[in-house]
Amino acid sequence: MTRHAPADVARRMLHGMMRIRFVEERIKTLYAEQEMRCPTHFSIGQEAVAVGVCAHLTREEMITSAHRSHAHYLAKGGDLRAMLAELYGKASGCAAGKGGSMHLVDLAAGFLGAVPIVGSTIPIGVGAALGSLLLDDPKLTVVFFGDGATEAGVFHESLNFAAVHKLPVVMVCENNLYSVLTPLEWRQPREREIYQLAQGHGVLARQADGNDADVVYEVAGEAIEHARGGGGPAFLEFKTYRWLEHCGPNDDQHLGYRPPGEFETWLARDPIQLYTTRLREQAIVADAEVAAMAERIADEIDDAVAFAKASPFPSRDQLTAHLYAP
Amino acid sequence: MTAEGPPTVTRQLKFVQALNEALDLCMAKDPRVFVMGLGAPDAAAIFGSTRGLVEKYGRKRVLDTPVAENAMTGVALGAALRGMRPVMTHIRLEFAMLAIDQIVNQAAKWHYMFGGRAAVPLVIRMVVGRGWGQGPQHSQSLQSWFAHVPGLKVVMPATPHDAKGLLISAIEDNNPVVFIEHRWLYNIHGPVPEGVYRVPLGRPNVLRRGRHVTVAAISYMTLEATRAADELAKEGIELEVVDIRTLNPFDETLVLESVRKTGHLIVADTGWRSVGFAAEVVSRIVEQGLADLKQPPVRLTSPDIPTPTTRALSNYYYPLVSDISATARRLLGRPAKPEPEIKPDALLDAPDSTFSGPF
Repeated sequence: MTRHAPADVARRMLHGMMRIRFVEERIKTLYAEQEMRCPTHFSIGQEAVAVGVCAHLTREEMITSAHRSHAHYLAKGGDLRAMLAELYGKASGCAAGKGGSMHLVDLAAGFLGAVPIVGSTIPIGVGAALGSLLLDDPKLTVVFFGDGATEAGVFHESLNFAAVHKLPVVMVCENNLYSVLTPLEWRQPREREIYQLAQGHGVLARQADGNDADVVYEVAGEAIEHARGGGGPAFLEFKTYRWLEHCGPNDDQHLGYRPPGEFETWLARDPIQLYTTRLREQAIVADAEVAAMAERIADEIDDAVAFAKASPFPSRDQLTAHLYAP
Repeated sequence: MTAEGPPTVTRQLKFVQALNEALDLCMAKDPRVFVMGLGAPDAAAIFGSTRGLVEKYGRKRVLDTPVAENAMTGVALGAALRGMRPVMTHIRLEFAMLAIDQIVNQAAKWHYMFGGRAAVPLVIRMVVGRGWGQGPQHSQSLQSWFAHVPGLKVVMPATPHDAKGLLISAIEDNNPVVFIEHRWLYNIHGPVPEGVYRVPLGRPNVLRRGRHVTVAAISYMTLEATRAADELAKEGIELEVVDIRTLNPFDETLVLESVRKTGHLIVADTGWRSVGFAAEVVSRIVEQGLADLKQPPVRLTSPDIPTPTTRALSNYYYPLVSDISATARRLLGRPAKPEPEIKPDALLDAPDSTFSGPF
């Protein structure tokens, strides 16, 4: 039986999920203007994992992410204005316009970076955790990635090394069942679950429902306490589902790669709908409060979009800037 | 030597000792510096280059690693993001190939693609093998690959003095530096000052002054070029040997100045011929100094074939001192000398009589 998150955390998680959803819905709308000219991977439908995990983290603790990183960036407290400006390629973007949606960063918020080469940030996050060992500073790192990354050799190399040195790192796998359009059962054996790979490396490994924020919060809490307390790495597999196409703002039902009924089943398990209903039933939030949250978020997004649109592009001399660090 | 000048350095160290001293000094003065690599703390100590470090600094700072080059390079990058200054070591350059994603996609671009928000102070040492049958996968000199990638620095020292001074500069640099060491330089002796000194990255060096032919050389070929210079001096031919030292960023100024004086250019590289670094040197000189050239420039490189293991074939694979000398004579219109006869069983697969296998 899942324990429910404390009321203040629950409110924060609902707000966090709504904020990610609304930001992405706004990006979805704005993307059609063809001014955000970078490949963009939406997290809609997968918000609970990012929010449930990051609800435990301090601002100083670190995370890394991959191509589908908006939810992680926002859940960790990444600056919204700088994120939208980055999608517009503006100088005020979090990567000064040089990265785009696939290269978000916000060091002040502990967001070390996201890159779209699948699996690549796993060892980098483990390296940040090695830094903790070498600096005698037990600061935690959480590494977010998808099911596809668990097929890359570097995932196993990294987990093995983290286990050898009992590094303070939690690996979070969002298993959304597809790598682009290729289903999991074409890529991994049906009779073996992903989290069992991590068990094979001798680390704490759990599998849980990634669409229930309370479940994510509880399971992540155990893993994070384990890693923070010197118990070594932990691995979490959360089952969840991507609503939109792999890359871009559109639905892709017409492509026919999802089995009949699958999409509808997951849609009925919308993490935000699910959580809003539960918190209403528990009298943690009232309808008016949810509406007020939505309004505040919309205002925040309006401001960020206006900021991003009004920001100048980088000047031409920035082409050669940052080739080498001083 | 004037009274104000630097004291004459009399202390002779081997190239490998110079590397070892650079690591030791950097670790002593900066607790953020640590060494990692398969076998870094083991008894063989990467041909001696990491000798004594684990006893002094412990296993955390001289970190042995799993056979997981790609992940370990990412781990080094991640540690660098925490302010550490990792020095990775690959006992053969080929092993770094497993980490091309982390080196090329990640480390090289991290500073740029995040708009300068973070820096990656990371040194990746790679040893290029030669001889004693190192063969196709233990003797590749792939500096051109790395030098092609913006954001990486690529360094290839040729003398004990530069091995130490360049390694210290590389460790203190805030960027990923690929530091390529040729195995046949490890036992070379040369003057090495005590204490910390730096040889700046990005600056070639005129190793030998001469009026007649410029030899722009890289790594071990620099040593071969000075040997050719000795040989040709007896015939009144003066080679000017420019040691490239840093391939990225490459500053061609010294080579241009030299060619302006000599009118002749030989580029001697340890890598392959096609699309190799020697072609880059030639291009830059042709683009900017064509009028100074009296003859077409010449590349002396390995041929475009994998390295064979048997000495019966590898004896005909590497360019030799005699090739540099013969090329210089030809450029100057001097009569050719008979080429030395190389027998298939000749022992050209060792740099000197002290060298024995297996590595």
